[in-house]
Amino acid sequence: MKKMLSYNDKGTWIHSLCGVTKLVYFLLWTITAMICYDIRVLAVMVVVSILAFIVSKTSFDEVKGVFVFILVFLTINLLAIFLFAPEHGSELYGTKHVLLTLTNKYVVTKEQLFYEANVFIKYIVIVPAVFTFMTTTNPSEFAASLNRVGIGYKGGYSLALALRYIPDVQADFTKIRNSQAARGIEMSKKASIMDRIKHTAAIIFPLIFTSMDRIDVVSNAMELRCFGKHKKRTWYMGRPLKPLDITVMVLTVAAMCIALFITFSNGSRFYNPFI
Amino acid sequence: MKNKFGIKEVVATGIGVALFIVLTEIQIPLVIVPNTALQPRMAVLAFLSAVFGPVVGGIVGFLGHALGDALFYGSVWWSWVFPEAVVGALIGLFVKKYAIKEGGFTGKNIALFNIVQVVANAIAWIIVAPVLDIVIYAEPANKVFAQGALAFLGNIVIIAILGTLLAVGYSKIFAKSGSLEKEDAE
Repeated sequence: MKKMLSYNDKGTWIHSLCGVTKLVYFLLWTITAMICYDIRVLAVMVVVSILAFIVSKTSFDEVKGVFVFILVFLTINLLAIFLFAPEHGSELYGTKHVLLTLTNKYVVTKEQLFYEANVFIKYIVIVPAVFTFMTTTNPSEFAASLNRVGIGYKGGYSLALALRYIPDVQADFTKIRNSQAARGIEMSKKASIMDRIKHTAAIIFPLIFTSMDRIDVVSNAMELRCFGKHKKRTWYMGRPLKPLDITVMVLTVAAMCIALFITFSNGSRFYNPFI
Repeated sequence: MKNKFGIKEVVATGIGVALFIVLTEIQIPLVIVPNTALQPRMAVLAFLSAVFGPVVGGIVGFLGHALGDALFYGSVWWSWVFPEAVVGALIGLFVKKYAIKEGGFTGKNIALFNIVQVVANAIAWIIVAPVLDIVIYAEPANKVFAQGALAFLGNIVIIAILGTLLAVGYSKIFAKSGSLEKEDAE
């Protein structure tokens, strides 16, 4: 079973923040990283998100598997960009400094390397932020605090149910896969693509049908307890916004504004060292 | 009940998202273009959208993709999260026409389901995803369209096979339990 990121209470001040605060940090951080193509701003953001990651005391072992996967994915992506569009950097930055000529079509330029470095660092900014968010946010508290900031409690409840049932569905999945494997249904790379689709069906069918049953059982139980009768509900794990939460949110918003201001100060979102 | 977000929809969304996330683990790689694979989770998304409608489909697609990527891969590629919601919502729009719960998912309805899923996937992966990739991430156009086209092909194949089978199977089981009364009456 592939290792997933999961919540782990280490008792730091980041853990004690409200789930919504961390969501705001996570969303604004990823959105800024998405828009920004200024490598100076991105570099600062990488440092800040790694600091947040260190302060949250998440050990690197917890995220190592996922991290290695990202690096592989990212490398393939960077190679693909070069294969499909070796001139993309020159098009973006408007100049062409050739470093190395491979063939007529494939020329390594400074601009291309710079552009790909940007893409790389954009990814790397997001990763620690996601790690921090995922490992420090208690799912139940998160769903409760979503409701507190005005998202309808049915939405919050859907999310709480999703997070609550991931381990259960995963356990079902593992059980079904093991029993199908015991019957000789191969899921590894040895089988051909058509066979693998067929074998996947052998796992997905029972999984979906047990899940459909579960949906009935859970919704009946909730109906019996009169879920949805009232406009409001209270939350066991709910937690009010504290001054620290407000401070972090204000700082995040301010950081985003500054980052975007610097990025766009030259009239476009690309920082161009070539002119 | 159909348009309202009732208890059943709340639960279906929750457990649907969980299912989608867990199934992120099964990927059948297509070697040619990097970072794309046959995703059985798409079949589950199509199935849930066709049974529970556009709202459930849209949310399962959006939350499932965003959370699934975050949990498994530690990053969220937003330009591919939104198209997922588009697929779910579009397939879900015709929920009454498929009549899956009523046990009538045969011939014409199967054809409709597959036409809708092809159109929905085309809009999502050939238009929305590459355009967002270019606008948001400034990626080279030919690369993202190649990836989009491959995602489109992979998804329509997997939904056409697995999605259709799931819907047919579920529809039959529902019809069977519904016909119990008839047999008793005879």
